[in-house]
Amino acid sequence: MLIINHKNCTRCKLCVTNCPFGALSFEGDCLQVSELCTLCGACVNVCRFNALRIERKQASKEELAAYKGVFVWVELEEHEGKCAPRKVAFELLGKGRELADKLKQELTAVVIGDERASGYEDLARYGADRIILCRHELLGYYTTDGYTNVICALIAQKKPSVVLYGATPHGRDFAPRVAARLKLGLTADCTGLDIDADEQLVQTRPAFGGNIMASIITPYSRPQTATVRPNVFPACEPDNTRKVVIEEFPVTLKKTAIRTRVVERKLIESDGQESIEDAHVLVSGGRGCQKAANLDVLREVATKLGGVLAGTRAIVEQGWIPHTLQVGQSGTTVGPDLYIAVGISGAIQHIVGMSSSKTIIAINKDPDAPIFKTADLSVVGDGCEIMPIVNRLLDKKN
Amino acid sequence: MKIVVCVKQVPEVTNVQVDPVTGTLIREGVKSILNPFCEYALDHAVRLAKAQEGIEIIAITMGPPQAREVLLRSMELGADEGVLVSGREFAGADTWATAQTLAAAIKFAVPDFDLIFVGKQAIDGDTAQVGPEIAEILALPQVTYGVEVTLGENLRQVRVKREIDRGFEVIEARTPALVTFSKGEIVRRVPSLKDLIESRRKPIRIVGAKDVAIPEEELGLKGSFTQVVKVFPPQEKKSGHVIQNVDAETAARQIVDFLKEHRFVD
Repeated sequence: MLIINHKNCTRCKLCVTNCPFGALSFEGDCLQVSELCTLCGACVNVCRFNALRIERKQASKEELAAYKGVFVWVELEEHEGKCAPRKVAFELLGKGRELADKLKQELTAVVIGDERASGYEDLARYGADRIILCRHELLGYYTTDGYTNVICALIAQKKPSVVLYGATPHGRDFAPRVAARLKLGLTADCTGLDIDADEQLVQTRPAFGGNIMASIITPYSRPQTATVRPNVFPACEPDNTRKVVIEEFPVTLKKTAIRTRVVERKLIESDGQESIEDAHVLVSGGRGCQKAANLDVLREVATKLGGVLAGTRAIVEQGWIPHTLQVGQSGTTVGPDLYIAVGISGAIQHIVGMSSSKTIIAINKDPDAPIFKTADLSVVGDGCEIMPIVNRLLDKKN
Repeated sequence: MKIVVCVKQVPEVTNVQVDPVTGTLIREGVKSILNPFCEYALDHAVRLAKAQEGIEIIAITMGPPQAREVLLRSMELGADEGVLVSGREFAGADTWATAQTLAAAIKFAVPDFDLIFVGKQAIDGDTAQVGPEIAEILALPQVTYGVEVTLGENLRQVRVKREIDRGFEVIEARTPALVTFSKGEIVRRVPSLKDLIESRRKPIRIVGAKDVAIPEEELGLKGSFTQVVKVFPPQEKKSGHVIQNVDAETAARQIVDFLKEHRFVD
């Protein structure tokens, strides 16, 4: 329950204007909370005077069972004035469908955005039983506070059992805030998800740079929440016969609730080039490429194969390629159809970022390089000599 | 102005191995280091302090008594003071219990902080959750994945360039605020002899379970919402075809044949 410390309250009314449910009001000088309160915590968060606090008790089995359904946060991406779901959202729906079926519960796709949100009907074809739209003019661009407030309000009202977020920069930015506000367990960057015999979510993730896997449960709090690594789970095959059910979730959000201001936002999309996350083919360079100029040939091969250039942390630190092209634990996790690793020894931090690629070709001088353990085709040799010939041979084909 | 930098002692993960019998980590012989992302966060703070008079940097860590080493390291690298949050009650904490403890320790040890800097993630757990959770508990605005930071005039705002999937954003927030850092332009420094000598005169304060004023059932393992039920080594893929001891021309032809066979080229 919400506990009001009337002694600390200065009647500034910030909590009243920030309550998404209109549950707070002043009766004379005295702050009152009505039955509309869902304990979402928005008021506690804005109170500067420690006048509000939420008391939560540990939940019993029956209480935990009251939480039902699998929710998936659908991250939108702006393209030519429209904001459509990102690829990772469809991957999450694929896995979410499987979990919901095991639980015999509903799968809900949660879309947060403004009027430009589009293409969300597709979410139904990819497995969602219901699509909840949270639209507000202040939600068109990502902000930590805006998105946290909306998801907290939604969770408090709908009480899902599982909430999944893509482990993208934005997802990993606000999922922990939601967890801390609602006092929920959260498992980061999962690469495996399952339901156990007690209907609990079992979350599997790499730790210690990918050297070990850990399976984690959340026994005392609901919903069970997790961020999920992109490019690990496949999306389902779309089913056009599935019913599209759309529900609008009314959003109350004040400008004052958003405490950060976006001064500038710049997306690096060189000549409309695909991102390494979405590319079907990646030709990736490591320290063994010796110098930046040697990457030109890799880029040419990538283009001929309909893909893009990527690289390791080592060559990003050398300044040969920008961070946006970095594959690995501290860069982007990729899962293309074809991954060609040139001069990459295969540090575990790199391997975990690319091992879900469907076909892997590795070229390295060292026959013991760890990269060969993941490769479908291992070539022991100097990439700087071999790749220019590959490049020439590909020309002949066309 | 006071900047609190949260730091963590981590094993040098590139050498961590799993015992195939017990499924647990082999920690023997593995060196402990200051988490690189914490070092970047610290360096961003040191840069601000160099450009602007009157900035005090306090490094704080939660860990066993030997975590003192990373505080010493932080002070060699430019922190003015260290705070060690240590006690048996804190052991086994998940990210929530860790954040709750660190937030309380910061309020206790540095109640008048202006900024909290943390690394974007630790290289052992890689969760990236403790920073945002501290921000939420202390009701602070946050910016994650920062690569550049500047202070506004009169030090009431902080402006951070943050990495996103396909580029960057520049975000402004009022202080007090929390920022998590990635590498950016930071070049790792080697402390000078003078730095080393000075660092030995800098104080380390100890904060225990009594000081943080959190009920014991909310600390450490007891206070954690998540539970690890199993650890195991990752699966290794079976090796594919190997080409070796051939000249570059032959190797290249075989690669192109492979691409044709798998229909990547016509």
